[in-house]
Formats: sequence, structure tokens, C-alpha cells
Amino acid sequence: MSGVYSDAVLEHFRNPRNVGEVDDPDGVGEVGNPTCGDVMRITIKVAGDRITDVRFRTFGCGAAIATSSMVTEMVKGRTLREAAAVSNRAVAEALGGLPPAKMHCSNLAADAVHAAIEDYLVRQGREDEVRDVLGGDPKA
Amino acid sequence: MAGETAAGLIYFDHAATTPLDPRVREAMEPYFSDAFGNPSELHQPGRRARRALDEARAAVAAALNAREREIVFTSGGTEADNLALFGVARRFPPGHLIVSAVEHQAVLEAARALNRQGWDVDFVPVDAHGVVDRAAYEAAFRDDTRLVSIMLANNVVGTLQPVAELAAVAHERGVVFHTDAVQAVGSVPVDVEALGVDLLTVSAHKLYGPKGVGALYVRSGTRLEPLLYGGGHERRLRSGTENVPGIVGFAAALRLAVDELERTARHVAALRDRLVKGVLERVPEVRYLGHPQRRLPGNAAFAVRYVEGEAMLLGLDQHGIAVSTGSACAAGSLEPSHVLLAMGLRPDEAHGSLRVTLGRENTEAEVERFLEVFPTVVARLRDMSPLCARG
Repeated sequence: MSGVYSDAVLEHFRNPRNVGEVDDPDGVGEVGNPTCGDVMRITIKVAGDRITDVRFRTFGCGAAIATSSMVTEMVKGRTLREAAAVSNRAVAEALGGLPPAKMHCSNLAADAVHAAIEDYLVRQGREDEVRDVLGGDPKA
Repeated sequence: MAGETAAGLIYFDHAATTPLDPRVREAMEPYFSDAFGNPSELHQPGRRARRALDEARAAVAAALNAREREIVFTSGGTEADNLALFGVARRFPPGHLIVSAVEHQAVLEAARALNRQGWDVDFVPVDAHGVVDRAAYEAAFRDDTRLVSIMLANNVVGTLQPVAELAAVAHERGVVFHTDAVQAVGSVPVDVEALGVDLLTVSAHKLYGPKGVGALYVRSGTRLEPLLYGGGHERRLRSGTENVPGIVGFAAALRLAVDELERTARHVAALRDRLVKGVLERVPEVRYLGHPQRRLPGNAAFAVRYVEGEAMLLGLDQHGIAVSTGSACAAGSLEPSHVLLAMGLRPDEAHGSLRVTLGRENTEAEVERFLEVFPTVVARLRDMSPLCARG
């Protein structure tokens, strides 16, 4: 059973924020794969180490779409370090929780943001800062 | 008419369950409080309940072309499937069992449980339409094969299996044959003599009857061990005071379903064909799943590329349309439907599956409404999908 989705999950599913791709992205992050039933792609614009715009495209279930939508709201306007500190768990909590079965399989949106931040830093030739900004293990 | 749903709601998930027919509810009504007796007692209330039970058994037997003593009432399809598999298996030392790869979980999990108890189980593969591979089936038999369980109609894609032929193959080898006919009874003609099966599972709530009641047909001479021991009800095969209102409702529902079968099947198949045609015309990159002809009249199953099934289900639900999916997400597992994978779909295709199952109360207007809404739901999700954007 998909369990019961919170009102916040259903609301984000119905009215997802920041769908699409930013023009000429500064960083792109993609996680998941179609075989598992979830693919999330996050594109960001960055100015002064701050995420000025963020958009998502997601293939996945209601939880996958809602967490993608929610994470864009949580990191938009934030510094890279602040955005890097947003965890999958924090996204789920902001949505009022997810059914237990969804916590692992469809809750990857923050990972996609972290991947986009890493991509941005690498493009800038700032590979050295990746570990520092993302707090060690970029996958954490 | 048949069950009413909440105003504006379009119910297209009849393979999951059906609304209780008001005529069935009426038939059940006296047996909750008024005629509440225990059919095992000799007094008047007991005799009244016994009479209702006997009549119900006669009606269920007649509907399946069985004899009264061959009907064992159970708590539903799952119990009947378990009674069939364990009931036969427990009469033998661990041996060999054959099931199809596309069985309902009630059969698959019972088979897996027997496997843990030392039984060898063969899961016979199916072709791209979901039909059991005949050569693999025949090759699976061994000297110690005790039971075959192959469904009559599949719950995901509606494919009908050639059960009469498959049962004949088992009987040539002296092997007992069970079929789960939960999806078939009430939708297509089911005659235990024509099929030649030894055991057959039926459930009431799939045919506009109440939940919590079903039956196992047990051909005379087929020996079973019970699952439940107690007062020796149901010819010792299923102890426990009988669910009289449920059984009365089951019989009433089955009688109506059989009486109205042809008309219902025609109505539902016409709606289904219209729906399938409309979906294939209006939504690109959709595959119609299951057998093109040999399938249940009300089943339409699709694989929709670039979108995930649960998201489609929620998108349609937003518009008041209830459907189902074989996606992993909706099942709470990591794997998409075993039925779709067995039919050779790739996992990403199976994740994008959608099942529409129509019933007798559905209308053309509801199908038209679905055909208006569904393309917009898919378009919205594809617009969001990273797979599609690059496709």
C-alpha cells in the first residue's frame, strides 16, 4: 500500500513548484534510475554562492514529485552551504512525513540538489571545496 | 441499478472490489438481526439460518454447475486459495507443486510458504500476452507433482488461461488441478464440469457481493486437510460458525451475476473497447497490455512511457476517477508487478502501468470523461518527467 499521504504531499503533487529547467544552468544534478521507478533532475542558477533559481523534473510517484517540489522551495535563495545542509529527511519532515515505504525509494530530492551543487563547484574549477561545502560525503 | 458511488466519482477499479448491489444488500438484511440463528442448532432460529445456508449453497453450486456438497464456504478468495494449496499439500510428504508466474499473491505466497516447508515449486512462465507457456508447463511435471494451481483470469491484465486444456494435462498425470477463478466468475461463464478442475476459488466481493466471504469448489473425491479445526462445519473442511448474512449475499450476488452475465459482458466490453481505442488514439507511446482477445471483458491495462503509475493514479484521483496500477510504488514494494515482469516488460515500463477495470454500473459518459481527463494527466506528468524531456 502506498499508505496515506499527508495533505502537504498531495498539495505539492497537485501544484508542484518550480517545474522545468532553468535556462543555461550553472549546475545540474540527477539521481535515481528508471528501473527503480524514480529519476530526479535538478537544475540551478547560482550567483554569489547563492541559489537564485532552481527547477526540477521528476519521473516517479506522488512522493517523488512532492519531495522534488518541496526541496526547490527549501533551497531557493539559500547559500550553497545552507542548501547542502538540507537533507532528504528534512524534506520529508517539511511535508509532514512520508509513508514508511517511501522514505528510501522516493525520497532523493535533496540528493539531487547536492549533486547539482557539486556539479556547479566542479564547473567552476572548485573541486577542492566540494567536500567542505557538502560536509564530507556528498551522498550523505 | 448496481452500486452507487459518491456523487461525481467514477469508479474504474472493479478488479479490486465492486460495490455491493442494493438487491444483494436487501437479501442479506434479515440475516443480521432478525434471522440471527446458528445454523448448527436445532431450534427454530437455527433451522431458519440452516435453511438460508442450504439455499445459498444450492444457488452457488447451480451457478458453477457443481453439486451442493462440493461447495465449501470460506472467508474469501485468499482463504480458499490457501485451503486448496495447503489442503492438498498436507496430505502428502513434501513433493512438487506447479503454479504460474502470474498468480495472485494468495497462491504465490502460499506456494512460497510450502517451498519453505520442503516443497519444490515450479513457477511456469507466460508469454508476452500473459498466457501460460504450454511447453514449459508440460515439461514441469514430475513423478511427485501433487498439485497444479493456475488462475482462470489474471487480475492485472485480464488474460484468460486455457484452464480446461491445462487441467486435462494434469489429469493425464493424475495430478490435482486448482484454479483461482476470483476475477473470472461473474465476468465470463464458469462451469466446473466444462473446465474439469478439481478445485476452484470464488470471492463474493468481486461480483457485487459482500467482502469477507467466498468459496472453494471441491470436486467429489478430492481429498483435503482443513486449515481450521473445530466444530466440523463445511464437511469438516472449514470449521467455524458460518457467516450466514455474507453467504446469503454471496449467493444472491452470484445468481444475479450469472443471470445477467451476457448482458453485462456485452455492455462492459463495449465500454472497454471504446476506452482502449480512445486512449491509444489520444495518448502517444502507450501500449495495450494483455491478450488482445482472450481477456476479461472489463479489463484494460496499459503501459504508459515516461510516467510512473502511482502518479497517474493520483492524477486521475484528483479528478475523481479511481483506477489501479502495477507500479511498485503503489504496492509499497521495490519491484513493480510480478505479472508485468513475467510478461517481459522492462521494469521502467512496468512502473508506468495503469489498470482500468470496468463494471456493470459504468456508463459511456464516464468513459468519455476518462478520455478527456487521462490525456491531460499524462501530459502534465510527462511535462514534469526528465525521461520525456530528452525523449
